[in-house]
Amino acid sequence: MDPIILFFLLGLAAGLAKSELKLPSAMYEFVSILLLLSIGLKGGVELARQPFLALLPDILAALALGVFLPLVAFPVLLLLGRFKRADAASIAAHYGSVSVGTYAVAVAWLASRNIEFEAQMPLLLVVLEIPAILVGIVLVRGMGQQTRWGEVAHEVFLGKGIVLLIGGLLIGWLSDPDALASIEPLFFDLFKGILAVFLLEMGLITASRAGSLRHYGVFLIGFGIAMPLFGAGVGGLLGLALGLSPGGTMMLATLAASASYIAVPAAMRISVPEANPTLSLTASLGVTFPFNVLVGIPLYWRLAEFLHALPGGG
Amino acid sequence: MNQDRSHVLKLLTVVTESALEARMVRDLERLGAAGYTITNARGRGHRGVREAGWEVERNIRIEVVCDEATARRIAAHLQTHYYDNYAMILLLSDVEVLRPEKFQA
Repeated sequence: MDPIILFFLLGLAAGLAKSELKLPSAMYEFVSILLLLSIGLKGGVELARQPFLALLPDILAALALGVFLPLVAFPVLLLLGRFKRADAASIAAHYGSVSVGTYAVAVAWLASRNIEFEAQMPLLLVVLEIPAILVGIVLVRGMGQQTRWGEVAHEVFLGKGIVLLIGGLLIGWLSDPDALASIEPLFFDLFKGILAVFLLEMGLITASRAGSLRHYGVFLIGFGIAMPLFGAGVGGLLGLALGLSPGGTMMLATLAASASYIAVPAAMRISVPEANPTLSLTASLGVTFPFNVLVGIPLYWRLAEFLHALPGGG
Repeated sequence: MNQDRSHVLKLLTVVTESALEARMVRDLERLGAAGYTITNARGRGHRGVREAGWEVERNIRIEVVCDEATARRIAAHLQTHYYDNYAMILLLSDVEVLRPEKFQA
């Protein structure tokens, strides 16, 4: 078994057993900053080697995916889940956006199997974070004047995640490749160790949702598993259509399957305050994150292999 | 020592979600607070335990020392804008201020 998954399980078990274990929040922030920068840097280094315009179709496809997923999730939550409009829109926004933690686990999973994937993935990760937030707000408010769009834009584009990912991309892009060697030990060589510590904390956080999971029940659990499976299917097909490699197809499926738990909750709290944040966080952190990390990622690789084995699948 | 009445001011304490910090700071400045102190907080209330474990579930405590009119104005504003949808409590108390010149807007 992969040690980083075992770190996650350790955190989960310790949390469920109500252990005293608690990582200092400054440490959690430090490892998440390192992860974001590493992912950005890695992407920037690779992107420097190819023309930017060739990426335009991928970027547009990612934007469309980010709009499509919440529009599918919203009516399901509203009609089948019988959630209030604001809650349904907020949960839908979480599922249209992405989780950097899940992305990082997928990167490590592919790396340990020496499977390559396209360099533009970190860029698509950034692109996919954003549209679902706007769709979620519009689903509740319409395009009207009630929303302070300036504040929303600030929250969305200047949030920690986006600044560090884009910053990392730019640094990787602009840096002299030889000079980058000096910072490689921290950002690239230690990636899996940092990810392990991050997942330990994520296990603890997931365990802390157990209580609200019991409270909100079966529909949320079902949705938290069905929605990523649906997203992975859509993402996988899109990857195939864009001509991505099996590794890239798997990464896009994983991105589409993952649900946000940082950027979207923060933006929704400000823009749709009447939505109950516990609902969406319970689904995305309590169900979907562990599902993707433990079951989803290997499954999405099987999916990518299957799609590429189809006649005409490339 | 001679206690001048003007040395007694109001201490307004707000405990709320850290998500509101930027907005709160803007509101306070606009409503005439000369200064404020913000600390991280955790605890339990009717919205459940706020453990500060997850970054979107953190609380902050804001303390503002000001004259009574300003304190009431801020309290009324917070009440109308945030009570419905956010975890928030307001406390108002008298405080004796030793350097009153620090609290003039």
